Amino acid sequence: MLEMLQTVWSEIPEILQIVLKIVVIVVPIMLSVAYLTLAERKVIGYIQVRIGPNRVGPLGLLQPIADGLKLVLKEIIIPTNANRFLFLLGPIVALAPVLAAWAVIPFDSNLVLANIDAGLLYILAMTSLGVYGIIIAGWASNSKYAFLGALRSAAQVVSYEIAMGFALVGVLIAAGSLNLREIVLAQQGSVMHWFWLPLLPLFLVYFISGVAETNRAPFDVAEGESEIVAGFHVEYSGIAFALFFLAEYAAMILVSVLTSVMFLGGWLSPFEGVPFLADAFAWVPGIVWLLGKTAVFLFLFLWFRATFPRYRYDQIMRLGWKIFIPITIVWLLVVGAAVLAEIGPWFD
Amino acid sequence: MSNMNFEMPNFALALPEIFVLCMACVVLLADLFVGERNRVVTYLMSQATLVGAAILTVGLHTGETQITFGGSFISDTMGDVLKVFIYLVTAVVFLYSREYLRVRQLFTGEYFVLGLFGVLGMMVMVSAHSFLTIYLGLELLSLSLYAMVALQRDSIGATEAAMKYFVLGSLASGMLLYGMSMFYGVTGSLDITEVSTYLAQSHDKNIVLAFGVVFVVVGLAFKLGAVPFHMWVPDVYHGAPTSVTLYIGTAPKIAAFAMLMRLLVEGLGDLHMQWQGMLIMLAIASMAAGNIIAIAQSNIKRMLAYSTIAHVGFLLLGILPGTENGYSSSMFYILVYALMGLGGFGMVMLLSRAGFEADRLEDFKGLNQRSPWFAFIMLILMISMAGIPVSVGFWAKLAVLQALIRADMTWLAVVAVLFSVIGAYYYLRIVKLMYFDKTEDNSPIQPALDMRVAMSANGLAVFALGIYPSALTALCVAALK
Amino acid sequence: MSMEQIVFYAFAAILVAASVAVITVRNPVHAVLFLVLTFFTSAALWMLLEAEFLAITLVLVYVGAVMVLFLFVVMMLDINITVLREGFIRYLPVGIIVALVVVVEMTIAVGPKYFGLEHFAEPARHMADYSNTKELGRILYTVYVYPFEIAAAILLVAIVAAIALTLRRRPQTKYQNAGWQVATRRNDRVRIVKMETEKKES
Repeated sequence: MLEMLQTVWSEIPEILQIVLKIVVIVVPIMLSVAYLTLAERKVIGYIQVRIGPNRVGPLGLLQPIADGLKLVLKEIIIPTNANRFLFLLGPIVALAPVLAAWAVIPFDSNLVLANIDAGLLYILAMTSLGVYGIIIAGWASNSKYAFLGALRSAAQVVSYEIAMGFALVGVLIAAGSLNLREIVLAQQGSVMHWFWLPLLPLFLVYFISGVAETNRAPFDVAEGESEIVAGFHVEYSGIAFALFFLAEYAAMILVSVLTSVMFLGGWLSPFEGVPFLADAFAWVPGIVWLLGKTAVFLFLFLWFRATFPRYRYDQIMRLGWKIFIPITIVWLLVVGAAVLAEIGPWFD
Repeated sequence: MSNMNFEMPNFALALPEIFVLCMACVVLLADLFVGERNRVVTYLMSQATLVGAAILTVGLHTGETQITFGGSFISDTMGDVLKVFIYLVTAVVFLYSREYLRVRQLFTGEYFVLGLFGVLGMMVMVSAHSFLTIYLGLELLSLSLYAMVALQRDSIGATEAAMKYFVLGSLASGMLLYGMSMFYGVTGSLDITEVSTYLAQSHDKNIVLAFGVVFVVVGLAFKLGAVPFHMWVPDVYHGAPTSVTLYIGTAPKIAAFAMLMRLLVEGLGDLHMQWQGMLIMLAIASMAAGNIIAIAQSNIKRMLAYSTIAHVGFLLLGILPGTENGYSSSMFYILVYALMGLGGFGMVMLLSRAGFEADRLEDFKGLNQRSPWFAFIMLILMISMAGIPVSVGFWAKLAVLQALIRADMTWLAVVAVLFSVIGAYYYLRIVKLMYFDKTEDNSPIQPALDMRVAMSANGLAVFALGIYPSALTALCVAALK
Repeated sequence: MSMEQIVFYAFAAILVAASVAVITVRNPVHAVLFLVLTFFTSAALWMLLEAEFLAITLVLVYVGAVMVLFLFVVMMLDINITVLREGFIRYLPVGIIVALVVVVEMTIAVGPKYFGLEHFAEPARHMADYSNTKELGRILYTVYVYPFEIAAAILLVAIVAAIALTLRRRPQTKYQNAGWQVATRRNDRVRIVKMETEKKES
């Protein structure tokens, strides 16, 4: 049976093979996004002692499908004097880089779409492109609220990108490679070998910057519904709005996966190096561990949203420039020194 | 693979550069903490940097030519001599500027920090041994200068000057870089030794090289301010605060001479025939336009700008014969010019005071009645700039003309003399204003003591060199051996 | 034509078209977006040259950061394009002539006549495990360390200049000191006073 599948696979032309691989990655992401929205409403509901959506389907499980259907069927309203082409381009530009970034994510030691050498750089480049969708949308909407949201978002994303980039440089120094697969392999050993420990400040800075970069609470001044209605996507409706929604949630998942890959050992089992348990869990495929770690971070995203009040804009800027960037620069020196001194168990 | 046989660079050779870079950073940081009242600390630290660099350069001087940093850096006598002069000139610039800046609320740390970075850029240019380092040194210098011109933010003239300087300067850098990229394309190297060896060995001078020479020379002419690429010079000299004009007009010219030597003579020496013709045209046009247009100026900064253009023409005259004594006469000329330029712009600053710039020619009327001593110094400077015997400016011009005649270019020497005679008119006009006109402004001239001493020393140095030029001449000849 | 050539010409055509659009479109925001496209396609061309580090860095630095700020500024300034375009038609013929001359010169100078394959051998292709990034780093920190450090100094000067030219201290402006805000404790703001209940006199 397996052999037959393999022969069928090799018969398919190469381009089609690649397309199929992409589909295999993108479809689960889309589904996860859909159910992440449900999870968000449920989690926040429980935190606020409510039960969240429970009417559509058993336990409300069909709610995302209903929401999606509603958005698809709604009319896309294009405001008067809006720049029609850019208005429609905005949501696409917002979503495309987020999905493109998934190409280099290793799900298991051999399960990666494109195992390229400069994977980390590629990720950084792709995540920095997402802001264009927001700026274009904000400008093309011909609305002040949208424009203000776009400006806030642009400044915020550019500021936090620097801290994020520095954090990634730390990972690069620690792993000695830009290839994500090799970064995970460099963390082999045990939980104590993962980079979260030697790179603890960078780990925290990276995740918090990730939250800021995805414009999620408590950094969601770009939406700021109490001041600027809904920020950059105030004029969007129907499927165009849905694309922004998809982009935001896909970006959340991406940041969570990346944090797991770079600081928590990716697909590596947390029981590695522990007697008995390591063998007992050896059968679990790596992707399960990766997804588990990702889920923890996704939960943190939701938890933040339910707990923290929104930052004021100047506070966001201060945190990014005056706190995160100095921390990362100092820690880079520490990491560099540690690598030179070959301090174990990470760098020997 | 060049990186396989990588050898550790000899950092000691670049110690002056490293020292200046570190000190510029220290001054930058220290300036944040000294506060408005004690800004003079920044000034003193900048001066100390220049003194320290001079001590290092002289102390490390061996007289041997050494190349290190993978061929990017050269240490030789010419470089060391030029560097010491750059420190000296910059120190005097800082000294002259202090009072001027303080009165105008421009006495900020940035002026000195950018000035030091400019010095670093010049040092890099002076001891560059690769197209890449020449370009980077030039950019470091230019960027500092653009910012210094614009430092007076509330002045429309300064902002406009900075904008023009920046746009045309970037254009020139682009040209230069394009020319260099063509040489890289043909020779496969940016290293000056390798480029010149390639050019010496290959006999078919192909058209790419010709284009490369054109772009490089045009880029250099832009940076030097030679006609027809001089449009920015008067506007920048006029619009910038005089302290910045003083800086732009003096030390960078020494670095520009070094750039010409490194790039055209050491790098593209074998293409001498190609660039000689272009330099002849640039030199004649510069001397003609500079000297004639200067006559029509009523603003002394503008007039000195045109005079600079004319002097650049002379500088090119010394280089274009392609002979050793030509180069040394050019070097002598540019060092002397820097000294005279310091005095000329310094005098404008000395006469100015709060709310008054003293940059019109009328402001020099009757200077003799107000201050006979400074009028005398200005007289020495003007006579020297005009090249009247027996002043140092005369010896400088004479040396260049001799080099031309020895290279069988007598006609060019005649042309140069003609334009110098025309140029003498506007210098002597200032002398006339100072001694034969009545002053309209009777406010006293009371410069600070250090300014007074430095200005007197500057004037007397020009005077002394006029009587006894052979020491400097010998130094220039020795530097180019 | 090989696949590689088709890809090259496709990207090159987009590159040229986009860069022409940068200087001809009427709307400055569109011009900036075309510039983004220009950078993107040049990155693709570098990718074809196996310079993946430079290509991705181009996207990261120019597209991801520089152009975002550019777009930011262009959107904020309400540039009146009609004033800027005055005289465009008048200077157009001269511009076209100069452009043509330059193009002809360039084809003569850097065309295949002097830079063809017979003059310069085709560079060897590298294996898939060849790391461009590593090689660049190795050469940058050894042979080219001196120019590299000067470039760093240039960037420092750019920072100093940008701050010196734009920072204005406005003493009148009121702003909050976030450090103090964070350091504030409850006791600084609220004082809880224990009071005896007052008895109503009856």
